[in-house]
Parts: sequence; structure tokens; C-alpha cells
Amino acid sequence: MKQNIYLYILVMFAVTYAIRVLPITLLRKPITNRFIRSFLYYVPYITLSLMTFPAIVQATSEPLYGLLAFIAGVLLAWFSGNLFLVELGCCLVVLILNILF
Amino acid sequence: MIVLQCGFRFALHAGLKMRNFMTETRSTFYTKKRDPGAAWTPARGFRDAIPIFLGYFAVAFSLGIVAGNAGFNAFQGFILSLTNLSSSGQYAGLLLYSENAGYIELALMVLVANARYLLMSFAISQKISPADGIGRRLVYAFGLTDELFGLGIMTPGYLRFPYMLAALCTAAPGWALGTAFGVIVGDILPDIFSEAMNVAIFGMFLAIVIPPGKKNRLILAAVVSSFAVSLICSYAPVISGFSSGTRVLILTLIIASFFAFFFPVKNAPQSQKDSGSEDRKEDTAQ
Repeated sequence: MKQNIYLYILVMFAVTYAIRVLPITLLRKPITNRFIRSFLYYVPYITLSLMTFPAIVQATSEPLYGLLAFIAGVLLAWFSGNLFLVELGCCLVVLILNILF
Repeated sequence: MIVLQCGFRFALHAGLKMRNFMTETRSTFYTKKRDPGAAWTPARGFRDAIPIFLGYFAVAFSLGIVAGNAGFNAFQGFILSLTNLSSSGQYAGLLLYSENAGYIELALMVLVANARYLLMSFAISQKISPADGIGRRLVYAFGLTDELFGLGIMTPGYLRFPYMLAALCTAAPGWALGTAFGVIVGDILPDIFSEAMNVAIFGMFLAIVIPPGKKNRLILAAVVSSFAVSLICSYAPVISGFSSGTRVLILTLIIASFFAFFFPVKNAPQSQKDSGSEDRKEDTAQ
């Protein structure tokens, strides 16, 4: 049985909002623990990286297309840093490969 | 949301420059006795948030593609984005939905994916006037994204509630409408295009993690080792049997703990925008 979408949205909202609201309303004292601060500093980069690879390879009909899109994305992000260029580059790689082969 | 830091930095910069220019002209016009925050009116909040609206709309589009693939319709995508206002948290939630994960796992995953807002929230609480009551604080918290945080930090003195509210009400619909639009377009596109659109969200993530990694070797190390570990674990025995959502959750906790323990950051910045880049300095120097 599939989970209820609205309950899903509600849980996501409740957790996200709790994270944002608690320090502003109740906790108020900043986090001083160096480990926790460092942990929170690294988390977004790690989560996003984990969610990107190898998922991008599995998102295309041919794994090779996804891999090439990944390589193109990394190179574009490294040399241009422009979000749109990176997104567009990844999509174009997959589109062109699909048209050609 | 951290998504706009690369693509819309320019637009935001242009907006802020214009605003700084206007502040300067105003402050030379008026006497110095005036409250420095008085110029932060709702009209200005609206104006400053227009580039954010446009950026959100465009970026949320790729999130909408993901939402559509996961089985959300345009309305559900709209509600999801309007209530959550977070890119990585929403993506993680959609990933779990497509794997039909339970609610506890969902709550844990969203907690980890959005944990960084804790630091941001602590940081912005220093900018909130003690006179601002619970109602206003609830609104500030709702709009706590990287981009709106950026606007708030630029305000002289305490946050101006009307300014922040106007900026939130301008920017948030961009995120929600962009998502709904992505769901609709993803539905009607021919397969060959929608397969190409599937990788857009990953391009967005790469554009978020790679540029800071270029400037900061520790971030780069965290990113590269996450790629490697993620690849190994999707084929390794036992852990490859977990759903990818569970894997992301467990691996995030392990890798982030490893880096926090062995490579602690001296002054971990509050916002993603601060990390490993000189942009904040440029902003404050202007």
C-alpha cells in the first residue's frame, strides 16, 4: 500500500519547521559544541553528494549516459559554477545521446 | 534552500548593489538621526525578493520533475513546496516516497537533510528584536531559506518584520509555482525529453557542492569520499539491500561524524553562502 501523500507532506513540514523554529523561539542559545557545528557544516555537502551519485547513473535508460552527464556536470560546476549551465549541460548530454543512439 | 547560491548570486548581487546604492543616496539625503532600518519597507522587501522569486521558480522546476516522477500531482507539488521551502529536504522526502518508506524514516531523513537550518536559525535569532513576539518569530522561522536569510542579514540592526514578510510572500510563491509547473511539464513532455530532465536535479546538486569544494579542500574531500562510498555501498553486500533513502541517511551520519571528528571546522559558518567563499566579504565590503 502506498503511503498517503498529504501525511508525507505534513511530516516533512513538521520536521523542517521544527528545525527552523526551535532555535528562534525556545532554545535561543547558540550551539558552541565544535563537533556538532562541524557536523552540521559538513552534512549538506555529504547528503547531496550521496543522493547524486550513483543515482544519476540509474536515472537514465543507459547507465553510460548518466555517467557522462555526471562527468559533464562535475566539469561544468568546477569551471563555471553556474547553476543553470550545469543543469542544462547535464540534460543536453542525455538528450543528445538519446537522439544519436 | 541552498540551491540558488551559484546561479542567482549574480542577480542577488545586482539587487543588493542597487539597494546599497539607494540606501547611500537616501542616507545622504536624510539626516543621520533617522533609524537606519526605517527604509526597509515592505515595498523594498518585494523589490529585493523579485530576483529570488525568479530564481526559485526556475530551480523548483527540476524539483517538480522529480515530484511528478514520484507520483505527486501539480497541486500536491505546490503544497509540498509552499510548506517546506527546502530543496534537499524535499528531494530526500520524494526519494523516500517513491520507495514507500515509513513516516519515522521520513522524519529522520528530513531531519538530517535539513539539519543545517539549525545553525542558520541560531544565527538569525541574534538579529531578531527582543520586542518581536512569538507570532513574528514563527513567520521568521517559516521563511528561513538561504536567500531570505541573506536578505535578513543585510538589514542594519534588527530584522524588520514588514520587510521580511513582504520578501517571504514574494519569494515563496516562486518556489511553489515552479514545482507545480515542473510536475505539469514533466507529464506532457515526450519520453526522450523527460529522461533528459530527470538528470537536471543532479546537475543542481553538483552546482551546489562542487564550487565550494573548489575553494575548500575539506569540502572537496567530503564530496569526493561521499561519491565513492555511495558507489561502493550501492553494490556492497548487506547495505546495498537497504533502500537508497536509508543508505543516504546512514552514510550521511557516518561520513559527517568522521569529518567533524577528524577535521573539525574552527568557525563553522551559519549559512551555506559563507562556506569556503569570499562572497560574504565582498557583500559586507560594498
